[in-house]
Amino acid sequence: MTDLQEHFDRTIATDHRVEPRDWVPDGYRKTMIRQIAQHAHSEIIGMQPEGEWITRAPSLRRKAILLAKVQDEAGHGLYLYSAAETLGIDRDELTERLIDGRQKYSSIFNYPTLTFADVGVIGWLVDGAAICNQVPLCRSSFGPYARAMIRICKEESFHQRQGYELLMTMMRGTQAQRDMVQDATNRWWWPSLMMFGPPDADSTNTAQSMAWKIKRHTNDELRQRFVDMSVPQADALGVTLPDPLLRWNEDRGHHDFGSPDWDEFKQIVSGNGPCNAARIARRRAAHEDGAWVREAASAYAAKHSSSPPSPSLSSSSAGAVA
Amino acid sequence: MSRATWPLYEVFVRGKRGLNHVHVGSLHAADDEMALHNARDLYTRRNEGVSIWVVRAVHITASSPDEKDPFFAPSGDKVYRHPTFYDIPDEVPHI
Repeated sequence: MTDLQEHFDRTIATDHRVEPRDWVPDGYRKTMIRQIAQHAHSEIIGMQPEGEWITRAPSLRRKAILLAKVQDEAGHGLYLYSAAETLGIDRDELTERLIDGRQKYSSIFNYPTLTFADVGVIGWLVDGAAICNQVPLCRSSFGPYARAMIRICKEESFHQRQGYELLMTMMRGTQAQRDMVQDATNRWWWPSLMMFGPPDADSTNTAQSMAWKIKRHTNDELRQRFVDMSVPQADALGVTLPDPLLRWNEDRGHHDFGSPDWDEFKQIVSGNGPCNAARIARRRAAHEDGAWVREAASAYAAKHSSSPPSPSLSSSSAGAVA
Repeated sequence: MSRATWPLYEVFVRGKRGLNHVHVGSLHAADDEMALHNARDLYTRRNEGVSIWVVRAVHITASSPDEKDPFFAPSGDKVYRHPTFYDIPDEVPHI
């Protein structure tokens, strides 16, 4: 056992990747499953707020873009479930944990998308914050997760740019359209800052996660980076970020900014946000309404195949060859 | 709640002609044909590939990381398999 622990510690210390079927401490496995599953769930639930606008997008071009983006979110969820499965957990189990409320997803998706400007601001700020969070995760010590993150980050860039371009287009439009962009910015700015998690002082898992190299920067470092990135983007767009304390600090070389409402954050994480119930209900309905399709496809496969699908789901996983 | 019984497939994509297929991830599908279609939708949305292999994960036999050292040891002491093992004078061209 100590040999295994030493081997694991050496892998982490030398910045090598942990691969599936390597021995890992139980805590590492549990934490990775939770982190990857929560991320996967966020991608899947994240399809909903924007998906609501696909049929109402104002042009065929915007509709096609939004459709591609929401399809990407589905893809990202599936890359991540694939990575989680290499840790020996079955993805149906993960789906059940999500719809039973035993696993969480990013609190950002519990806010409603009230206007089409929200689609643009989600691309700009929410996906921008996600990129800040995710780029360092391309170096996660867990190989399958790091590889999934590389694919995801490549695709997120499209997401952010389409959002920003959408907003630039609206800002060139009528005053009513400019007001919509400002209103959406006001509503999404603070929730975007919350995406980085609680302040470092209150973040209980950070130290262990940094030691395991499954987290490369603290919540506050990433939040600062995001604010510094967003300020010039807001200027270029011509919107005001809704924070009276936001100003450049020459000494620090960073922007000072106010604190999000962490009580609101806690409320939403514990299930009391504006859309929590609706998001889970929608996901549950999709899962349950799709059951007959999954069963029919299995029956068809069994009928047309000499070797029927294996009864065991938790058979060896991707890692075998990764 | 009913559980899906779709098996796990591993997916390999050839990025372009002249390259090997490379493992890109896994997915679940009811049968081989669905696995190919799902792999196309999931792993080649941006022209990432010209050819896809899917194989049921249960059909893959892999070396175990636990036996890593003994399993790969036979190649460890055969340095003569590498070109740099051989000293060739600098003035000999093209070798």
